[in-house]
Amino acid sequence: MDKHEGRDTGTIRLDDPWYDALAVGWGEGEETSQPAPAPGGGRPAPGASDIYLEVQRSAAFQEVRSRYRRFVVPATTGFFLWYVAYVVAATAAPGLMARPVVGAVNVAMLAGLGQFLSTFLLTWAYARHARLRRDRAALDLRWTVFEQERGQERTRARRAGR
Amino acid sequence: MTTEHQTLALILFSLFIAVTLGITTWVSRNRHGSAEEFYAGGRLFSPMENGFAIAGDYMSAASFLGISGLIALFGYDGLLYSVGFLVAWLVVLFLVAELVRNCGRFTLADVVAARMSERPVRIAAGTSSVVVSVLYLIAQMVGAGSLVGLLLGSSGPVARTLTVVGVGALMVVYVSFGGMRATTWIQIVKAVLLMGGAITLTVLVLLRFHGNFDQLLTSAADRSGHGRAFLSPGLKYGGDWTARIDFMSLGLALVLGTAGLPHILSRFYTVPTARAARRSVVWAIALIGGFYLMTIVLGFGAAALVGPDAVRASNASGNTAVPLLAAFLGGGAGSTGGAVLFAFVAAIAFATILAVVAGITLASSASVAHDLYASLKRRHARQRSEVAVARVAAVGIGAVAIALGLLAQNLNVAFLVGLAFAVAASANLPVLLYSLFWRGFTTRGAVWSVYGGLIPSVLLVLVSPVVSGSPESLFPGVDFQYFPLQNPGIVSIPLGFLAGWLGTVTSHEEPDEAKHAETEVRSLTGAGAV
Repeated sequence: MDKHEGRDTGTIRLDDPWYDALAVGWGEGEETSQPAPAPGGGRPAPGASDIYLEVQRSAAFQEVRSRYRRFVVPATTGFFLWYVAYVVAATAAPGLMARPVVGAVNVAMLAGLGQFLSTFLLTWAYARHARLRRDRAALDLRWTVFEQERGQERTRARRAGR
Repeated sequence: MTTEHQTLALILFSLFIAVTLGITTWVSRNRHGSAEEFYAGGRLFSPMENGFAIAGDYMSAASFLGISGLIALFGYDGLLYSVGFLVAWLVVLFLVAELVRNCGRFTLADVVAARMSERPVRIAAGTSSVVVSVLYLIAQMVGAGSLVGLLLGSSGPVARTLTVVGVGALMVVYVSFGGMRATTWIQIVKAVLLMGGAITLTVLVLLRFHGNFDQLLTSAADRSGHGRAFLSPGLKYGGDWTARIDFMSLGLALVLGTAGLPHILSRFYTVPTARAARRSVVWAIALIGGFYLMTIVLGFGAAALVGPDAVRASNASGNTAVPLLAAFLGGGAGSTGGAVLFAFVAAIAFATILAVVAGITLASSASVAHDLYASLKRRHARQRSEVAVARVAAVGIGAVAIALGLLAQNLNVAFLVGLAFAVAASANLPVLLYSLFWRGFTTRGAVWSVYGGLIPSVLLVLVSPVVSGSPESLFPGVDFQYFPLQNPGIVSIPLGFLAGWLGTVTSHEEPDEAKHAETEVRSLTGAGAV
């Protein structure tokens, strides 16, 4: 996981009293990193959308996103090509599909049942991958955003009250 | 059919109507009338409940009667439909369900409009959602109309008209009084009935063949008169290249359309979290996959036991194969067992239609009230009045669906469903995927992508053999057919994606980095989700 050099979290730390308390103990394993903003700080004071930009650039979020994409992109490509191949074969090459395999079962029947099987297997694999590899980290990030927003509101309220 | 059949079927069906109306009254006894309650049922359904409701929303009469009928008549080619309908759920599971749950509130337009200039995007996405829903509704209305011919033994125009009007009136009652909560429970009841009916019939068919699938296939092939060709593709879609490309077009529409159906998307908002949305899709895939596997057995069973000739004699497009099979399995057309099973299956088919139309009506009334009305009329309509608008919209959509359903009565149900899927895949899917995954997507891109898919798909249908120029057309007398395919998907889906890309690269608007960050973070983590 790449952590950006020279990160600049100072502005938030000063403005956000909730930030330190939060940074302790969330995330799992090596993702326990604070949001790491992109190099070249000098941003204006954080607003609601800045929190999202901040989180988007954080290593923890990028890890969640890349885990999601690393599963979904190949899996989607795979099942889509397999389905297109099946439809094209069924319409354009019926001779191949009619080739008998065992008894009355032919290639077409096996391919059709194979589509069912691959759908079930991919569903299971996706649910398992999401449960084990994404859910925890995503929930932690959700809390980060929530706490930061709340901290920001309090800061604003305190400033207004002063 | 005999009077015994009809009386029993009518009793069972009245029972279902009574139960569902009871549910509607019960769940709306202390409703608060908030938008959250009306559109999303309070967002507190469990994944299992929502999974059953999704299955109940998705498995229409076209699946139950249409696919098994197609298998009974054309063998393997009917199975191609069910594969497309099932594989489509992987698109929903991987790319749509969780992200949409995290980003949106009630409709498809919520997800897209979050990143863009709201008004034009909302109007575009709202319009396409309503068009898709109405097309899908027409299919179900036509299905209801043809079912009554079977149930009452008369397919006279009066009985059909009354049925279509009755189904329309019931769905308006369910939706406008019960909202999402009543609709969901009706779908759950229907899914349980449908699975129960399918399991019973499948077990009975397999018992006949002593659990030997190979023997079932062999007998079906022998009885069909086509021999081994019955078990391989080509009987229905194997004609000239136009027919083959037409089927590829349909296959593409089926697999990409599901993720763009408004009534499916709105189901994800009825659970509290994205994790629950994912688990409900897993439930739905298990139920839907199991159901389509059973339709294969039922279809080949009908071919083997009833025979394609008897099926075709009862209904030319095969829609009555399963009821006929049920009567046969119960002991033949004259026996009590046969009458009971036949009535049971016919009542389930009716329940199926009612549950599906209620779901679609709710989703489209949400699009009218939440997207179109809110954007076009008063910008800051109060919540209560938005729900009132949605109720009125449900009545209006019911009226439109009844009128068009009566007009389209002679079109094939499965084919009409294919059209709705094609429009959904062309107009709704590209904009949804672009706004979830493309950093540089802009307002112009979103608007172009919706209209760039919607307009070509609708226009291509209008100049296709469906509407004019062939004996089975809607208007057989005239000929303005310029497009050879019945399903526009293979042309209009790429056009939708292309238009979205073109609109984005030609617009001068800078893509809003912060809004994209917000969408991306929210979609994957659930931060700020309602």
